[in-house]
Amino acid sequence: MIKGAVLGLGKMGLSHASIVAAQKDVELVAVCDTSSVVLSGFRKFSNISTYSDYKKMLDKENLDFVVVATPTKLHYPMVKYALEKGLHVFCEKPFMLRIEQGEEIIQLANQKRVANQVGFHNHFIGTFRELKRLLSAGVLGELVHFSGEAYGPVVTKEKGGTWRSNSEEGGGCLYDYASHVINLLQEVIDRPVKIHGSLLKSIYSKGVEDAVYSLMELQSGLTGTLLVNWSDETYRKMSTSLTVQGKKGKIVCDATEIKIYLKEASVKEGLGKGWTIKYITDLAIPVEFYLRGEEYSAQIEYFVKCIRENMQVEQNSFEEGHYTDTVIEMITNSTK
Amino acid sequence: MEKVLFGDNQFFAVNHSSDEKSRAQSIRFKDDEAIIRVLDQSIETGINTFMCTTHDRIANICKHIVDNPGSYQGFKIFPCMPYAHKYANAVTELGIMGTIKQYVPGNFFSTFAKGSVAFLGKDFVKLIQILIDAEMKMFKGIETPVIFIQNVLVDLILGLKMYDVFSEYHEYIKKTYNAEPGYITMNMPALYDVLEAQGISNPVICSSINKIGFRMSGGKEIYEKYLNEKEFRPIAMQVLAAGALRPKEAIEYLGQFPRIESVLFGASSKSHIEETKELIEANL
Repeated sequence: MIKGAVLGLGKMGLSHASIVAAQKDVELVAVCDTSSVVLSGFRKFSNISTYSDYKKMLDKENLDFVVVATPTKLHYPMVKYALEKGLHVFCEKPFMLRIEQGEEIIQLANQKRVANQVGFHNHFIGTFRELKRLLSAGVLGELVHFSGEAYGPVVTKEKGGTWRSNSEEGGGCLYDYASHVINLLQEVIDRPVKIHGSLLKSIYSKGVEDAVYSLMELQSGLTGTLLVNWSDETYRKMSTSLTVQGKKGKIVCDATEIKIYLKEASVKEGLGKGWTIKYITDLAIPVEFYLRGEEYSAQIEYFVKCIRENMQVEQNSFEEGHYTDTVIEMITNSTK
Repeated sequence: MEKVLFGDNQFFAVNHSSDEKSRAQSIRFKDDEAIIRVLDQSIETGINTFMCTTHDRIANICKHIVDNPGSYQGFKIFPCMPYAHKYANAVTELGIMGTIKQYVPGNFFSTFAKGSVAFLGKDFVKLIQILIDAEMKMFKGIETPVIFIQNVLVDLILGLKMYDVFSEYHEYIKKTYNAEPGYITMNMPALYDVLEAQGISNPVICSSINKIGFRMSGGKEIYEKYLNEKEFRPIAMQVLAAGALRPKEAIEYLGQFPRIESVLFGASSKSHIEETKELIEANL
């Protein structure tokens, strides 16, 4: 039996707690949050130990791993404390607020040889995996342009008040929303190495941006755009997509479908000339327990598998999360 | 329960296979009249049950139904609560406490949330009841013989093993609304086992049931085993697997499980509604 705990019981923390507890041969032994209401719910309806002080929890409980799902500014001290205790750590995105914190944490995680993963769940969506595979297979030929986009209705009126409206604490569309797209394009297409200019726009928020528009250059020299806006209520929920154009065609990919246009048929891939559409129904990663989407379960199943089989995490390692932090800093600097 | 239940995903741009189709639906059903028109068409084909989320716009549809009793005689709604995105977006913006404050009417919270006063177990049960009442308000004056909890909540509770929440819900729905409690889930076999262990017999469980095993967690085989062997009232949803299956083969697949009582489906055109309804009635 592998024993785990969840730190932070907001939307993501609750969802992780449920998925962790539902895993075979995994026991969720403790949770930690500052909200007495949430903790009393756990006390009333479950046998899971509750804490409001994470150090106490990590000191007292005999754990194998911890999931950190607190506001971003708390990631550093909490992840560090857990790593020092030799625990495997799953940390929500974005990874760290400051670059030097990330470097220190990666070093510590490597030293302790523990599984370390960041919650960029898009990598566990079958369509994006298929896009990565098709790009690696070179179906588009020489690439000429990409666009990474995400839109959704998070902040749709002038009101603030949580840590998400404070950039010092990791709030704002860049950290919270655009990080998903940056991480996705960084691992599916290539790593951004240069920013040619960015616009950070506040729409309803004060103090943080609600939209991020950026011109990027990747390691391979390919250039393209990052377009993210979390104040767009024409979307029912977050909608993330990658578009890649090459000399042999184009692919548009989101969480539900991947649309492939080829100038000439690809016999090897079984793709005809013109449009081919593949749906998530054929590409979803099967899971044992489902909550909110296959990807949320699949990433935890993967993390648990890495712990169980003493495997190196290859999807969403701290190092990948850290690189996303680096790109976020490059974008911020490009507007100064 | 009738064999055919008309769903509402198409009205609210919920499409599991394409964001583009979802956008088109959102444009088509911009006005409540457009929803009512399709709903009326479903009634013309002989469907009398509408299974819908507690979306804000459903309140307008309910008002129309209550205001026109002559057109909706014998018409039933199976409410599904809560509309998760409403709360999820609020939690992101306001935090859990802020969300509860926003959606729980009156001063309920201020009594408990002050300072270090602990929020007690019995208050939690009360809170669940208040939230159910708030969600049910829009259906006043309409027959609601089955009341569902949405899968996101059912599965959250299932994962956390907070099984007594199901018992509290079950009892409250029966007692207060004189209705049958229903459960929507993406983990049907696991949920069935838990409900049975909680002493909830012959429960109404709505889950994905389709030929390709889409959103059937744990695999198609165990779902089929439960459909054949266990004592419950299954409703099949996502029978077309988000459009991956053609209606004929999809519904024929359901025909081999005699326990399936109803099929939930949504469509936007009268011919589609008619075709699917006929297939269901012929096979179930």
